[in-house]
Amino acid sequence: MSSIAIQPLTRAVRFYEAPIGKKAVMAVTGIVLTGYVVAHLLGNLQIYSSNPEQINKYAAFLHNPANAAALWAARGVLLLCVILHITAACQLWLQNRAARPFRYYKKDDVPNAYAARTMICSGPIIAAFVIFHVLHLTSGAVVRLQEIGPNEPNVRANVILGFSHYPAISAFYILAMGLLCLHLYHGVWSMFQSVGASHPRYTPMLKRVAAIAAILILLGNISIPIAALAGWLTY
Amino acid sequence: MRIVLHIWRQRNANDKGRMARYEVPNVNQEMSFLEMLDVLNEDLIARNEEPVAFDHDCREGICGMCGCMVNGVAHGPQPGTTLCQLHMRHFKDGDELYLEPWRARAFPVVKDLVVDRGAFDRLVAVGGFISATTGCAPDGNAILVPKEKAELSMDAAACIGCGACVAMCPNASASLFMGAKLAHLGLLPQGQPERYGRVAAMVAQAKAERFGACTNIGECEAVCPKEIKLEVIARMNRDFLKGSWTGRGALRDDAEEVSKKPLAGSRR
Ligand code: HEM
Ligand code: FES
Repeated sequence: MSSIAIQPLTRAVRFYEAPIGKKAVMAVTGIVLTGYVVAHLLGNLQIYSSNPEQINKYAAFLHNPANAAALWAARGVLLLCVILHITAACQLWLQNRAARPFRYYKKDDVPNAYAARTMICSGPIIAAFVIFHVLHLTSGAVVRLQEIGPNEPNVRANVILGFSHYPAISAFYILAMGLLCLHLYHGVWSMFQSVGASHPRYTPMLKRVAAIAAILILLGNISIPIAALAGWLTY
Repeated sequence: MRIVLHIWRQRNANDKGRMARYEVPNVNQEMSFLEMLDVLNEDLIARNEEPVAFDHDCREGICGMCGCMVNGVAHGPQPGTTLCQLHMRHFKDGDELYLEPWRARAFPVVKDLVVDRGAFDRLVAVGGFISATTGCAPDGNAILVPKEKAELSMDAAACIGCGACVAMCPNASASLFMGAKLAHLGLLPQGQPERYGRVAAMVAQAKAERFGACTNIGECEAVCPKEIKLEVIARMNRDFLKGSWTGRGALRDDAEEVSKKPLAGSRR
């Protein structure tokens, strides 16, 4: 086995060619996306602030032209992560299907691992939801959005109206958050395994923490449409 | 007791194959699963029918030759047990059992329940070795091995290469097998020189053999007769990433030759 140094580009290609390389890409992009999900949730929870203007102030801060470069950089990174994550997921999925061309007549699922088995279903529905969500509450292509002034969207009104007047949108939102919860239930511990972190003492704890985090993210996210539908939030 | 068997019958690699139903009316509780199949086969031979082909050798759970799916679980319902060590007392009178060969693109069926596991041999051929001076036996304790590492390495070395992990995995991935071999050698001082080249070569070979990738579900761990843990897969991932990052041995230039096609002897 020679240890001849090889070109960085060849090295990168070889790395990505290997399934473990693809899984590492999924893990790293997964952690960035999960970080975004948490940050986005924390931003949204400001809607419960005792100051009804709080969330609009936060939105104005994000939309402030002075922050435009940072905002677009963040969007660019997220988009790149989404593209890499989905590409690797699809490539691995195809490889894995080809590895078992004949199905079993009878096959038991031990362990059940529902979330892990349905990653390739929960993922695309989440992606479809993200596109819809951006059209709905960012670009205003689904319902007309209200503004306080230029670069100052009236987020509080848009969110509360967007959910309370359109129960179907709320239902899709809640469904997508359920699937995101499943995706993270498996994904948050899986990404550690993918990059090689496993320990008989800590991995069971990690799985529990991942499950709790996924459920907390779910509860935080769906509380908003539920509160809007129930009329607990006003603007 | 009476057992009803539905067994995959396939004359050869090119035959389409089908499930066939058999009854074994006189099963003794003390029989092993393979002895029950022996009884069936004697009956089939007496009736001038083709006996069911199945792999076996030691019949004491150490060689890795036996194995088939029993009601959708590799090696049957008893955890940590090879098919030859599974006893009929774990079944009830009148049970219906579905027996199928390991299914994977990399494991073509040879006949009935027998599959060609040559892909495992080729995985071992590309990396499952160490460069040791041959000749006289080394001095005992000349190379010190920490107790914990020795234990972990021995746990991984318990792998008998039966293929249950591949058979059970929804992706027909050989990750548990590779992880076991890599942990077995990579944890010991003697395994260090080839450590990163070994993982790169095996990972490339597994892809060429058309094994799938790991999705961290854990079916392999659940059915492994030697109870190898998923941790060995994490260890493989770690070594692969470390080797790729440092460019040590991993992703070496001559990896190309081993990775592009299955080695000689492949049936495909
Ligand atoms: C179209 C969108 C998506 C698809 C198709 C998709 C698909 C997948 C698949 C197939 C896996 C692999 C699971 C495995 O191999 O065990 C995975 C892992 C993961 N996904 Fe996604 N996903 C999508 C979106 C997302 C989003 C939006 C997030 C974050 C909020 C996310 C977070 C994760 C994480 C953290 C992992 C674990 C990485 C790993 O196992 O190493 N995914 N995804
Ligand atoms: S026959 Fe040797 S392990 Fe079963």
